Amino acid sequence: MENSIQSYLPLWACLSSLAAVPLILLFRRETFLREAVTILAGIAKLCFVLAMLPIILQGSMIELTLFGGGSDGLVPIAFRVDGLGMVFALVASILWIPTSIYSIGYMRGLKEHSQTRFYVFFAVSLFATLGVAFAGNLLTLYVFYEVLSLSTWPLVTHHQDAEARRGGRSYLVHLLGTSIAFVIPAMIYVWVKSGTLDFGVQAILANTDLSYVQGLALLLAFAFGFSKGALMPLHSWLPGAMVAPTPVSALLHAVAVVKVGVFCIIRTVLNVFGMDLLGGLGIHLVLCWIAAITLVAASLIALTQDNLKRMLAFSTIGQLSYIILGIALLTEHAALGSILHIAMHAFGKITLFFCAGAIFVATGKKQISELNGLGRRMPITFAAFAIGAASVTGLPPMGGFLSKLYLVWGAAEAHQIALLCAFLISSVLNGAYFFPVVYRAFFLPEPEMDAIHADGACCVHGWREAPLLCVLPLAFTAISSILLFFFPSTFYDLASIVLHGGVANP
Amino acid sequence: MMEWIKTTIVPHFNFWIYVVIMMLGLWAAIGKNNLIKKLIGLSIFQTAILLLYVSMGVKEGASIPIVDETMGEAAVDFMAQGGGAAGATAFPINPDLFANPLPHVLMLTAIVVGVATLGVALALCQVIFRDFGTLEEPEILNQIQTIQDDV
Amino acid sequence: MSEHLPVIVVLAPLFGAVIVGFFGTRDRHLCFPIALTALALSFVCSIGVVHHVATVGAWDYFVGGWESPHGVGIQLRADGVNSLLLLAIAVVALLALVYSIRQDGEKDAEKSPFFYVLFLLLCVGLFGITITGDAFNVYVLIEITALTSYGLVAIGSSRRSRVAAFQYLVIGTVGASFYLIGVGYLYLAVGSLNMADIRTILAANPEIANSRIIGTALVFILLGVWTKMGLFPLHGWLPNAYSYCPSGSANLMAPLVTKVSVYVMIRILFGVFGLGVITENPGWSDLVVLIAVGSIVAGSVMALTQREIKKMLCCLIVAEVGYMVGGTWLGDAGRWGLTGSMYHILADAMMTSCLFLAAGVFAKQFGATRLEHLSGLFRRSPWAAGAFTLGGLAMIGVPPMCGFFSKFYLIRGAIDSGHWLYIVALLGSSLVNAILFFRIFEIAYFGEVPESSESSEGGCPTRGRHAAWRTAPLLVAAALTLLLGIFNRPVIDLIRGTVVENIDIVSMQE
Repeated sequence: MENSIQSYLPLWACLSSLAAVPLILLFRRETFLREAVTILAGIAKLCFVLAMLPIILQGSMIELTLFGGGSDGLVPIAFRVDGLGMVFALVASILWIPTSIYSIGYMRGLKEHSQTRFYVFFAVSLFATLGVAFAGNLLTLYVFYEVLSLSTWPLVTHHQDAEARRGGRSYLVHLLGTSIAFVIPAMIYVWVKSGTLDFGVQAILANTDLSYVQGLALLLAFAFGFSKGALMPLHSWLPGAMVAPTPVSALLHAVAVVKVGVFCIIRTVLNVFGMDLLGGLGIHLVLCWIAAITLVAASLIALTQDNLKRMLAFSTIGQLSYIILGIALLTEHAALGSILHIAMHAFGKITLFFCAGAIFVATGKKQISELNGLGRRMPITFAAFAIGAASVTGLPPMGGFLSKLYLVWGAAEAHQIALLCAFLISSVLNGAYFFPVVYRAFFLPEPEMDAIHADGACCVHGWREAPLLCVLPLAFTAISSILLFFFPSTFYDLASIVLHGGVANP
Repeated sequence: MMEWIKTTIVPHFNFWIYVVIMMLGLWAAIGKNNLIKKLIGLSIFQTAILLLYVSMGVKEGASIPIVDETMGEAAVDFMAQGGGAAGATAFPINPDLFANPLPHVLMLTAIVVGVATLGVALALCQVIFRDFGTLEEPEILNQIQTIQDDV
Repeated sequence: MSEHLPVIVVLAPLFGAVIVGFFGTRDRHLCFPIALTALALSFVCSIGVVHHVATVGAWDYFVGGWESPHGVGIQLRADGVNSLLLLAIAVVALLALVYSIRQDGEKDAEKSPFFYVLFLLLCVGLFGITITGDAFNVYVLIEITALTSYGLVAIGSSRRSRVAAFQYLVIGTVGASFYLIGVGYLYLAVGSLNMADIRTILAANPEIANSRIIGTALVFILLGVWTKMGLFPLHGWLPNAYSYCPSGSANLMAPLVTKVSVYVMIRILFGVFGLGVITENPGWSDLVVLIAVGSIVAGSVMALTQREIKKMLCCLIVAEVGYMVGGTWLGDAGRWGLTGSMYHILADAMMTSCLFLAAGVFAKQFGATRLEHLSGLFRRSPWAAGAFTLGGLAMIGVPPMCGFFSKFYLIRGAIDSGHWLYIVALLGSSLVNAILFFRIFEIAYFGEVPESSESSEGGCPTRGRHAAWRTAPLLVAAALTLLLGIFNRPVIDLIRGTVVENIDIVSMQE
């Protein structure tokens, strides 16, 4: 295939949100303009990404090398847009717009402090997310990965209280500590071993003579070093990060940050090692089992949680391991399912987080046990919650069904019956922790009326929904989850381009 | 033993003397408690290095590196042509006859540096004496630790 | 005019110092403009030198036109690395100068004409050490740098600063004297003081190059420069000298003096002795790398125990010196490490400058000298705190700050040459730096703004316009720290050219 196009589009797509930063700072006193800038930047970013979509769908690639190129063995800052990057960029940039709208409703509804800082770092983290998606070599990937870790720290610790301090500290220790301690040496070792860090048609390490131990050490260094992927035992930052305001949890800890983690692991598997090398050495099974244990254990822990956001966090940990397990199985359908699950889980989980935030804005409630009967007061929110839960669990007709179907198919293809069982058990558990919430909300009696928590709540027909700006985005993402079941072709095509263009093993 | 002294120390006695003086100076500069004694040690240390350089340029039977009329006709020609390479063809200079001037010149600079250092150090001692009322290092350190000194 | 750029870089602050001494003592308001003009001239000229080196190649300049290497002429030589270092010195010095602008009504000693004279003379020393091609000249300029540093340390109002200056003087003089002894032995063996000339003679005569006298010369020179740069265990003077001096002096000395000493070491090693001394004595090189590891570990551990901001930063300098020394001694296989070391000289100069400027701003504006004083900093002074954050992130080695890229190349060199302990030390020091700086960020971010936040150094609050004068150079330094990281490619290219050039000389010898 290899027809690549030189274009500055990926750079503009990254920079469009960074360019919003000075404007947001400029309009820090005019809240309306500030939020308009955020949304406009989101639209601009989406437009740049969409402009690249047809090129990628035709099977081409977009490449861009900055600052002098990669002569004499140096590693430049380079961008390279392929199917995988496109899937992720598309998801992140589509979901940024509803999240921006939602954060306006949420932040205003709760009268949060330091909103300008919030929007600034949100924009920076989106810049870094697209940078990771479009990174053309491991160094660029790492650069943006770290920018993302740091730019999200002020968001996680937004409340600036003791709990935020604890959460923020655990966030940094896990994300920054592991990336410095594991990824830097692993990355440079790869560079020494192969002389290049560029992602190409051929995997970086494809022609090197790695021994089993070296390969395993490198793979684990990457898998745990990119600890945004939340593989156990390095997962505990994610529940800790739930101290963040809900829009942050929604976009960053359901979509951008955690997906950057699994995205980096997928890149490692596909573009650093290559499926052939991993399969040849047999080290993929180690990663498979770590992921399998994580996904079952996380689902079990999620069952025991009463705090809604913590429950969602453990659910996210489990779903991330679906993606990692899918790619580590090294079969075509599992990989396809894994890439699709990035998109499907993103839409489903962001809906769930939006709902959790909307419930908090409208009623101030955070615990699952307090939700009895709320569904009758907030029908839209809880309908969306049910849709999101169904999608993440993997029920038709939601997008999540498709990706889980491929994942299970792939596990069967690999003749890994135990791993197949892990998928199925975990999916049952997903249902087991989500649907009691829906049941409580709709079918249990409400204890007593609470005072309305937020300003501007829309009270129609006795409904006490969250502000409109909160409800619209969650309705949008919930409907998108359903639509993705019927029209998955864009993501499906992109995923097959990754597998048939970039991966030799059928 | 005597043999060793004859072959190792005597021909290079200038180096041995310099090493001994240098070590004396270093010991005083680091080991003494009184700041002025430290400075004396430091000066001895620097002077030892001057000795090393100066003894480097010395040659037996050589004179100062100045060409003048007393060296004969050729030397006059040499001077007439302004010295340098052109003059050297007329008057080949025998380096054994002249002491190497460069180390001496270098040491002029080093002496100046040493004097400057000593000057700065003495000024510092004066200020320290005014501030602390003593020049004994342990007492000064003691005062620093006991008295809260805000920056 | 343009063919004399290399010497103008050095002479501009020298004449500036004389003029300040002459006119500044009469009218104090003249000091700053004169000093600014002199350094701006150096800055412009060093840009010219960098441009020339980047487009044409290394630049040899003979002072006074005395071309013969055997004569008494002094050669200046600008190559990829030291031309960039000249520029870095000019930039850091300008930033430190703007920071120390004399303001109406201030009576600080650090604003007196003497301060400006010493300041400019220190710059002369630093520029000179960097560009000179003469081994003895380096000694003289080291002493110029040192003498002015003693003055700049002692000029502070604190009594501690005098004692720190005295200790610095004793150790500094011993260090410089060791260097002088080393040069003496070198001259005994080779009969020349011109670096390039010595290099050629040594390359042509391996029996001299491998003689014991050359070895002795090397050991003495190294002891001298290590003392000057504060490598563990010769670092004892450094934390006191740089933390008790007034911040105007610290801003200039802390980022530059150690870095220039590291450059002297690299210059002497590769420009005089050749890569052979490292590759042919693997045992000794490993020992030096081990010392560097010790320096990194010791610096990091000492920094962890400090609660004073400036002292903590000084301890980090010791660790950073370990980075550079270690990277230099990785040997033939670890050429990337040499590239990393050279890049780190520039990167560290910029980030140390940023951090010390920030520490100075905090001390002046909030009287904050200890970590716990920084509580609520992000709200009290968001710009300064943001700049400090960038500097701290660079120190940790987070991309895209410059500190990351030097570490990247250093680790590459270490993997190539198999110095695993050094890699562990580098990564460990990154993690320790992360702890150190995020400890500060947490205090600054979560802490409450204290009630009486208006106190300042010397008891006179200086806010408003004055604060802006101090914060502006800090912001510039932070921006440069970021830009040097993002645009590391051209810098690395220039450095690589020099490394390759040095290695060519080695291959000529073999």
